[in-house]
Formats: sequence, C-alpha cells, structure tokens
Amino acid sequence: MRKAENKWGRRALIAISMAFVLLMLITPLLVVLFEAFSSGLALYWRAVSDKYTLLAAKLTLTATFAAVLLNTAFGLAAAWAITRFSFRGKGLLTTFIDIPFAVSPVIAGLVFILTFGRLSPLHSFLDSYGLKIVFATPGIILATVFVTFPFVAREIIPVLEARGTDEEQAAALMGAGFFTIFRRVTFPHIRWALLYSVILCTARAMGEFGAVSVVSGHLRGKTNTLPLHVEILYNEYQFTAAFAVSSLLAAAAVIILIVRNIVEFTARKEGDGNVR
Amino acid sequence: MKFSHLGLIALSALLLVPASGALPARAAVTELTNVSYDPTRELYDQYNKAFVQYYKKKTGQDITVVQSHGGSSKQARAVIEGNEADVVTLALASDITAIEHAGLIKAGWQKTFPNNSSPYTSTIVFLVRKGNPKGLKDWGDLAKPGIGVITPNPKTSGGARWNYLAAWAWADKQYNKDEKAVLDYISKLFGNVLVLDTGARGSTNTFVKNGQGDVLLAWENEAYLAIAERPGEFEIVTPPLSILAEPPVAIVDGVADKRGSRALATEYLNYLYSDEGQRIAGKNFYRPSNPKIAEEFSKIFDLKVKLITIDDPLFGGWDKTQKAHFEDRGIFDKIYTKK
Repeated sequence: MRKAENKWGRRALIAISMAFVLLMLITPLLVVLFEAFSSGLALYWRAVSDKYTLLAAKLTLTATFAAVLLNTAFGLAAAWAITRFSFRGKGLLTTFIDIPFAVSPVIAGLVFILTFGRLSPLHSFLDSYGLKIVFATPGIILATVFVTFPFVAREIIPVLEARGTDEEQAAALMGAGFFTIFRRVTFPHIRWALLYSVILCTARAMGEFGAVSVVSGHLRGKTNTLPLHVEILYNEYQFTAAFAVSSLLAAAAVIILIVRNIVEFTARKEGDGNVR
Repeated sequence: MKFSHLGLIALSALLLVPASGALPARAAVTELTNVSYDPTRELYDQYNKAFVQYYKKKTGQDITVVQSHGGSSKQARAVIEGNEADVVTLALASDITAIEHAGLIKAGWQKTFPNNSSPYTSTIVFLVRKGNPKGLKDWGDLAKPGIGVITPNPKTSGGARWNYLAAWAWADKQYNKDEKAVLDYISKLFGNVLVLDTGARGSTNTFVKNGQGDVLLAWENEAYLAIAERPGEFEIVTPPLSILAEPPVAIVDGVADKRGSRALATEYLNYLYSDEGQRIAGKNFYRPSNPKIAEEFSKIFDLKVKLITIDDPLFGGWDKTQKAHFEDRGIFDKIYTKK
C-alpha cells in the first residue's frame, strides 16, 4: 500500500515539474524561435545583421566581459578573505555581498544615477576629467557588475570553507609564498567552482535589463544593449526583428547551459563533488 | 622586479588613457544626439537620413545622428540627470521647461524657432471601427448611453490630458461656458470609459488588438499608425473642434556649448522647417506647421477642423491647466470619484 502511494506521489511530482518546465520555459523558447523565423530567413538575417543590432551585441559582450573579469577578481579576494582570515566586520561583509540579490535592479540603476548623474556632487569632479559614467558605457558596466556581484564569491566561499586551511598552512610552513600557495594549493580546489560561477555570471550579465535600462539613456548604437534593443524593436512594431534579436540571446543562453553541463560532468568525473 | 615594472606601466597606461581621451574634440563635431519621445521613432528615422544627406551636400561633412526614444517626461528626466542630448524633441513644452529649470536650457527657448518652436503639430481624433457603426461624429456623441470609450488615464498619460482638454473645449463652447453642464458632460464621457490604461500605446492596444470599445481617443499620428498596422478595420473621424498639440524642439544649451555643437544643432532643428523636413513630418502623420506644405496633405488631414491651443484663455497655459484639472483633488479627480 505504501509502495503504491509512493509510486503515485513520485509520478505526480514528476508530472508537475515537467508540466511546469514545459509551460514556463520550453513553450516561450519555441515561440521566440517560431516568431523569429516566421517571416523567413532573409528578414531574420537582416534583423540580426543590422548595424544597431551588432553595436548592441558588442556593448553587451563588452559589459559582460568586464563584469565577469571584475567580479572574478573581487569574488576571489572576498572569498579568500572571508574563509581564511578572521577580522572585524566579516559577518557584515558576507551579508553585504548578498545585497544585489535582495535589491531590485531598478533601484540599483537609480542609485548610480543619483551618485554619478549631473545633479550629484561628484559630477563636476568627474566632468572636469571628461569622465562620463551614467548614460555611457561605464554606467552600463557598473550596473552589470552590480547585479552579478555575488555570483563568484557565493560559489567559492562554501568550497573554501569545506576544504579548511590545513593544506595551505602546511605549504606556508614549507616556505611557499602567497602566490605559490594560491596557484598550487588553493586554485586546484576551486577551479571548477570558479568556472561554474563565471558561467552563471556571464548568463546573468548578458540578460540584465532593469538596472541597465535606467542608466542607459537608450542612445541607439551607443548605450543600447541587446535586451534593450529587443524592447526598442518591439515598441517600434518590428515584431519579427524583436524576436530575431531575442533568439540571439536565447541561443547564447542555450550555449551557456551546454557549457555548464560539460563543466559539471567533467568536474564530477574528476571526483570534485563541490560543483553542484 | 620586472613584474612590478610591467604592472606600473600598465597602471599608468590605464590612468593616461581616459585622461587623453577626455579632451573633447573641438575641431569638428560630427555627431549629434537627439533625445525624443515615443511616437516620433519613424519620423526621426526618416528625417535623420534626409538631414545627413543634406548636410553632406552643403558642407561635405559626414555626420551621424544618435537617436533616443522613450516616454517624454522620462526622457526629460534623463537629460536633467546627464544624458547628453544636443537637442530635445519632446511631446510637451512642460517637459522642456523642466530641463530649463534644471539650468540646461536658457529661458525663452520657445521663441528660438518658428511657430512656438513646434515644427509640426498634431491633434486628437476619434478612431472608430469600420463603417462607424455607432455614428460617432462629434464630442457630444461620445457621452451618449451605451458608447464604449477607450482613453488612457489623464493622471498618468500626456496624450490623455489632450483628450480630456479637447472634450472640455468642445463642451465649453457647446454649453456656453456653463460650468455645471460642462462638468456633467465630462462626467458622462468618462462614465462611458471602459478601460483607463496608463499610456497611449496601451490604449491603442486595448482598442485595436483586444477589440474593446466603440471609439478610441487618440493622437492623429497614432491613429494613422493603427490603420497602417491593420488596414480596413478602422476609420478616423476628425471632430469639428479639437485641440492643437504643439510638440516642441529645443537646443540643450548646456550640452551644445560644452560640445561645441551649437551650429550643427541649430542647422538640424532649422531643417525641420524646410520643405523636405515638413514633408517628412506630413508623411509620418504629423501636421506640417508650414500651411503650404500642410495643404499638400489635405487628403490625409482634415485641415478645416477648428483647433484650440492650450494658451487659449479657456485654459491659460500648461501650468494653470495642470493645477486646476489634473493635480490631486483637481477637477478630474472630482468627476472621476463622483462616478
């Protein structure tokens, strides 16, 4: 009797999850692809090879690359500091890292405008050096960095915590310097977690809309990222083009997922259980 | 040792690059930024191409125009916060006045270019279903029982304020300034509203895509766009009296002087008044301000409609109108909560 119950329970759970994934993820993806190609290949190609689409793609890649680079450096430093040293305000730092998960991206964008915009006290200083932050590429990068800020640190902290400090202490006793310890002892443990977090960070950075939308100013060909470009095309009644550009983002997401699965698979084969 | 050297060089390079790139190129400004509002996308897409050609012919110089579109007030806000527009081409004078108050545009900007600095105008029309089955001809018809009206909310939408004021202007004339009768009419009109969307595009979609209502109160250019999207399903009724909307343009002095783009910006806005610029406006369903060019489009626009402006003594300008009608506990709140 119990066994039968379990069987039904199991089936119900699987059915619910499958139906949910189908309805919420697969169907919209198929609709995007269908709409993108609905007016033929020529129109699709014209939309994705359009000058403004290419410039938007370039900006998205630039912002993503910068965000991943900065957040990797920051995430490694923070994870190292939090797990290897004890200092005042450590709990606070750990909490602060999570702020971007809790704060709405729109608020983040507005904060950057208030901090670096024309009405901010900082503005005249920046302006005297000719530096433009918001409504320019640096603002887009800042906004992207903000929303993807926790990914690397959050992924690496548990791994380092689980490992403990024994091996590093041993290496230090044997006279190894900081960089040697990092390169030969710490890094091999965290590399899969790091790679995994970089992948997540990339995916999130490419799709960011809210914060970037606020600081962008929507200057076509200059501060328009791919997600913003999709919105513009949609509002201009260019539905096919909007879906064609969306399909680029969807394709990037699928590629990222495949890479993630390969990373997971390889990591597991190497017996590294830290990658989830 | 060698490593730290490299690091130093890299660091100084990083510091120098933005510094050297910071010097503004005074020599020749070849880029112009136009921050505009939502429904002008198609208009400026065509106009920019024409202007770039004209400028090349005249000066031999290649220029690019960077375009930005969004809600008019939102765009003004972005310029105030530092979105460096050389020119703004917005929906309402009050949005440009907001930029003036922020110190970026000099007072008196509305006298810089002809026709209150409005190269093109628009008005409010009725979009009805094919054949006009309910026989809607004038503002009075909209308040009759059983008519479904679609308009955005005047509290949130600029276009909706024009709708409301156009109806008000008609009623004021119809009932000989009898305020009680005017209020009664406006209450009945808004009693007939089925869906009160927050923005003009939202209302268009409610009427066009979702098939709600018998009549949509809309910008003339937005109504023509809907017809172009779905030919044969709708027609436009221009009431005998409506309101004149003057979307103005201005040079953002603070930016133009800093970038040295004033000459180019002036040329850009002036060319909107040229025959070619006026024709492009007409083709995009904005009424050309030059009467001669407007006449060329008399098949599209009903040029006989009597148009009242916001500066008419009835309204007394935007500041006054905004306070009396649309602010909290203003006239609109009263009639809409009474219902």
